[in-house]
Amino acid sequence: MGVRHSLIIGLLALIGATLAWVYWDALIGHAGTRLAGLALERVPESGVSNPVTAVLLNFRAYDTLLELAVLLAAILGIWSSGPEARGFLPAGPVLGALTSWVVPLLILAAGYLLWVGGHAPGGAFQAGALLGAAGVVLRLSGEPSAGLPPLPWLRVGIGLGVLIFTLTGLALMALGQGFLTYPAASAKWLILMIETAATLSIGATLAAAYLAGEPVPARSTTQQPGGTRP
Amino acid sequence: MTNLLLAFDLLLSLTLVGLAAAALTSREPRRAVILFIAFGLLLALVWARLRAPDVALAEAAIGAGLAGALMLAAARRAARGARGPGGSESSAGQD
Amino acid sequence: MYGLGGILLFLLGVWSFLVHDGLLRKLIAINVTGAGVFHVFIAVAYRGLDAAPDPVPHALVLTGIVVAVSATALALTLGQRLERPDD
Repeated sequence: MGVRHSLIIGLLALIGATLAWVYWDALIGHAGTRLAGLALERVPESGVSNPVTAVLLNFRAYDTLLELAVLLAAILGIWSSGPEARGFLPAGPVLGALTSWVVPLLILAAGYLLWVGGHAPGGAFQAGALLGAAGVVLRLSGEPSAGLPPLPWLRVGIGLGVLIFTLTGLALMALGQGFLTYPAASAKWLILMIETAATLSIGATLAAAYLAGEPVPARSTTQQPGGTRP
Repeated sequence: MTNLLLAFDLLLSLTLVGLAAAALTSREPRRAVILFIAFGLLLALVWARLRAPDVALAEAAIGAGLAGALMLAAARRAARGARGPGGSESSAGQD
Repeated sequence: MYGLGGILLFLLGVWSFLVHDGLLRKLIAINVTGAGVFHVFIAVAYRGLDAAPDPVPHALVLTGIVVAVSATALALTLGQRLERPDD
């Protein structure tokens, strides 16, 4: 409080005024070449008709690849910080029944979003998030593994997105295209393949992040009293 | 029509900033997290209004849903830990 | 107007990050800051009710959301590790 606090607020007000000015200036727009027109114009060549998916997986595929790598790095950091947190008590009958309804629906919705991402709102990130949510629901209802496969497969799963993405890029390079420059004829299927791999690994990564640590391989003591009161 | 839309936009923006302020100023962790989730969902609604349905979907699922679940779990652990050494908090949940 | 709302969110987040303490509150503050930035992006991309919005900022925000949540998860795990009583 006191002087320091008001100093912070004053400084922030100054920053805010500057930002507002810059924003206003940008909004009024000095006419230059805008990326939007360029991107929207070339959507038909990209193999998908949803402009956001086109930008993500075709025009700016590098960004998306590196972003998957960031996810991978984050989960590696989480794993290296220790074993997972304790699970929850097994669900009662009502929650259990609800879970057995909700989880298949979530997986179905994820598949739908993945497929529809080519021409309507949706795509790999949303579908992966739904898969991750399915894992969180499972974990909350007492399933200790959160629906994730055993550790060796899980390792493959979280690396899959980056792996397929990079391999596709390298294969295209070997075929004489640029790195991640899809030939127009097969662009749709390449994008779909990459998106599928990305969805799986995003879902696995997010669910694994919820465990807050590296999964313990042999969880023999599943009926640890969930209270674990100190 | 335009006036109605303007009023709607204004209402949305004010609620958004209000929710953010509430989430940031609340002392109790669990309450702050729940307010943050509400903020994320409203943000998704606003983005749907701004014709960004892809991003709105992602924000609703990831930003509000998953981040909220992560933070709630953390808040719960924190509350449980704080109960031991003469916890400063009566917030330890009853569930 | 929405852009101004985003700037306001950004400022609120930074203020809270500087003033409040406690890992969870700082994390929420950072997330609100990020949400403000995303909000400005979406507002910049908006071209009115009838025109198609700019897809490039949308894609940036989409990746940004995922990166933000993974950073949050990492920070929470690290913080929890710090507070763990053993060792």
